[in-house]
Amino acid sequence: MRPLIVIRSTPKIDFMAWHKGGFAVSLLLTLSSIVLFLTVGLNYGIDFVGGTLIEVRSTSGPADLAAMRQKLDALHIGDASLQGFGPPTDVLIRLPRQPGGDASQEKVVQLARQALGQGVEYRRTEVVGPSVGSELIQAGVKATILALLAIAGYIWFRFEWQFGVGGMISTLHDVVTTVGLFALFQLEFNLTTLAAILTVAGYSVNDTVVIYDRVRESMRKYRTMPFRDLINLALNETLSRTMLTVSTVALAVLSLLFLGGEVLRGFSIAMLWGVVIGTYSSLFIAAPILYYVQPNRAAIARSAEGAKAGASGTP
Amino acid sequence: MLYFARWKIALICAVCALGVLLSLPNLFSPSWLARLPNFVPHKQVALGLDLRGGSYLLLQVDVAAAQRERLSSLIDNVRNALRDANIGYTGLEVEGDAITFTIRELDRIDDARQALRKIDPDLTVEITNDGSGTMRFGAVATDARRRQAVEQSIEIIRRRIDETGTKEPTIQREGSDRILVQLPGVDNPEHVKALLGRTAKLTFQLVDTSVSLEDARRGRLPPGDVILSAEEGKGGHAGPPAYVVRKRVMVGGDTLVDAQPTFQNNEPVVSFRFDSAGAKRFGDATRENVGRPFAIVLDNKVISAPVIREPILGGSGIISGSFTVQSASDLALLLRAGALPAPITILEERTVGPDLGADSIHAGAVASIVGVVLVVVFMVLFYGLFGVFADIALFFNLCLMLGSLSLLGATLTLPGIAGIALTMGMAVDANVLIYERIREEVRGGRTMLSALDAGFKRAFGTILDSHITTLFAGALMFLLGSGPVKGFAVTLSIGVLTSLFSAILVTRLLIVTWLREWKPKAIPI
Repeated sequence: MRPLIVIRSTPKIDFMAWHKGGFAVSLLLTLSSIVLFLTVGLNYGIDFVGGTLIEVRSTSGPADLAAMRQKLDALHIGDASLQGFGPPTDVLIRLPRQPGGDASQEKVVQLARQALGQGVEYRRTEVVGPSVGSELIQAGVKATILALLAIAGYIWFRFEWQFGVGGMISTLHDVVTTVGLFALFQLEFNLTTLAAILTVAGYSVNDTVVIYDRVRESMRKYRTMPFRDLINLALNETLSRTMLTVSTVALAVLSLLFLGGEVLRGFSIAMLWGVVIGTYSSLFIAAPILYYVQPNRAAIARSAEGAKAGASGTP
Repeated sequence: MLYFARWKIALICAVCALGVLLSLPNLFSPSWLARLPNFVPHKQVALGLDLRGGSYLLLQVDVAAAQRERLSSLIDNVRNALRDANIGYTGLEVEGDAITFTIRELDRIDDARQALRKIDPDLTVEITNDGSGTMRFGAVATDARRRQAVEQSIEIIRRRIDETGTKEPTIQREGSDRILVQLPGVDNPEHVKALLGRTAKLTFQLVDTSVSLEDARRGRLPPGDVILSAEEGKGGHAGPPAYVVRKRVMVGGDTLVDAQPTFQNNEPVVSFRFDSAGAKRFGDATRENVGRPFAIVLDNKVISAPVIREPILGGSGIISGSFTVQSASDLALLLRAGALPAPITILEERTVGPDLGADSIHAGAVASIVGVVLVVVFMVLFYGLFGVFADIALFFNLCLMLGSLSLLGATLTLPGIAGIALTMGMAVDANVLIYERIREEVRGGRTMLSALDAGFKRAFGTILDSHITTLFAGALMFLLGSGPVKGFAVTLSIGVLTSLFSAILVTRLLIVTWLREWKPKAIPI
């Protein structure tokens, strides 16, 4: 049984010829993400800012958003935001955080339930007080920073520090632009989005590590090859793997995006973007950066003997 | 490399079989499983509240408030101690987490220190040379008290929730002063929230009839008295808005052994019974105060203030107020369960109705299955027979993941399902790395066997490195994330680990077996 699709030979793409363009595009993307984050800001879900979220389903045909809005506005509990959520019967209601600490949030749900009355079914209610929200933001920022540091530290430990720098910059790029995407389209940024971003960081490094591994191997094998050609060779040799893996992960993410339901939508969008940008950054940022920070070839060549001895010990 | 020791083959097969066996129960309904014999594994993956429907509440025990209350109850002792020792003072009050005061006679500071130290060994007494003093609980005492308050609260919350008839509630401590309550199947937790939101501290205190409410409010409040407002009833309550009540407690609610809702003159009331000590104290107090009113106080609000017509010696009584049937039965429940040692605030509530839960399971399952099928087809398209090997490994990976989740008693959430789907896409990465390497080695002119050998050997380091970075992200999410994120982190991390096993060992075993049995001349990739 032979494969139907076969990639016969190693491609000979001159990635390094494009790397300056790649840097420019990435710089633009990163800067605009930061600007968007600072000016427009993120559309934080109630996980982070506190507030109330109620998902209701009308039991009598399509939901009447205008009527619901009227009923909620009469309560004077701040700006209620209503939006359709999946089928026309479903509505997602967001109520802003109430003044007066954690205890005052709870009363809103009762008021809203009374106002909406019969004719709706409550599918989901989430109330997050302000203190939990700020803790979750802190924990999220902490987790992201620690993940970046741990990843850079591991690459440093397994390779040379130059690789660690490259891996960190490209991962940071992926994380920042994913955040930028959420700011640009004002997609809700909540706890699952944060999980997606951390996974993106993990995936992006995964991709980078595979390429770095090959760069290191080639540095040992071709000690006199110009470094620019060597990076190109490593990228081309791993290109089929890069493309196949991004495809399988993207297939899984796409099925989540289209079939996984509304609750997972934000997560899937972040993952999809992250997988694409993570692959791009491995090729056009992580690898070319090595050209500028130039790992010590002599040291890597010297470690080749040790690596060989180590490799024979592995199963 | 291409040789497997017998025991290794046996071990790999055993692990795969175990994975299948442990994951199998998840395919059947619980009632079906119950009919199977005992030696078959029964454990299913526990579903999170977002999938099975239910209510998640994060509560904060307000230990500081309990401590403030305790300090204000000690203020009388401070006053008495200083008075007994004839030491003049000013400005005695509770300020933040301390009792503060100023000693007037600076030469008597040492005496004051001595007198005050006797009040409570947990209190530290500090008086500076200019006479200003503070008394507060030491760090050790505060910590012990916090722990005790949280533990007691958990116990009482459990009793209250059990009384409502909620099945399988989970009540556990979270951090230093928080309690996590999970109520499967509860889709409107308003009633539970109302029950948890009340401290339910019941006391019986005498009403001071020597002063009118107006006078007391104008500042002529006799020492040892306090003004307590009346509980707002269902409307027809025709009592005064507040009462002047003795601070001294006749009997406390902690001496109650039972409370039940019942009816008196067609009005809902709560009947209660004291333990023997409480009965004696209540009997004595009522005997001494016949003809005077006493207040039944719940959480610093007067429910009612009946006049004592005769000594109540039987150790039981009735609380009447303006109850509805529901509020009478709630009060009885709260009294049976006991008072919370500290007030509780609800920090976070997440409730998912059963329909949304079922929809989420359905959507998650469909997305996962479609994702897996796409990946499986993709692998066969690109790798042919070796793709089939990778797909078989993927199947065992899925079984091992589900089996580990069942065995560990991990909770599967909707993000967790996303984690499974995602891992399926990522797991074949190890196969892709190996196969691409083999292709390269073949192109490089190696023979079939040495290409296979080199492919597995050389790809291993890369696979390990790339998987470990994903594990970093997973571990951090687990440590710092909450609820849904944790569920995702667990499935992602387990998936990465099981895929190491299945993609490397299972695939290799399949290829080695294929080599031995079919004796092929070339690699079909």
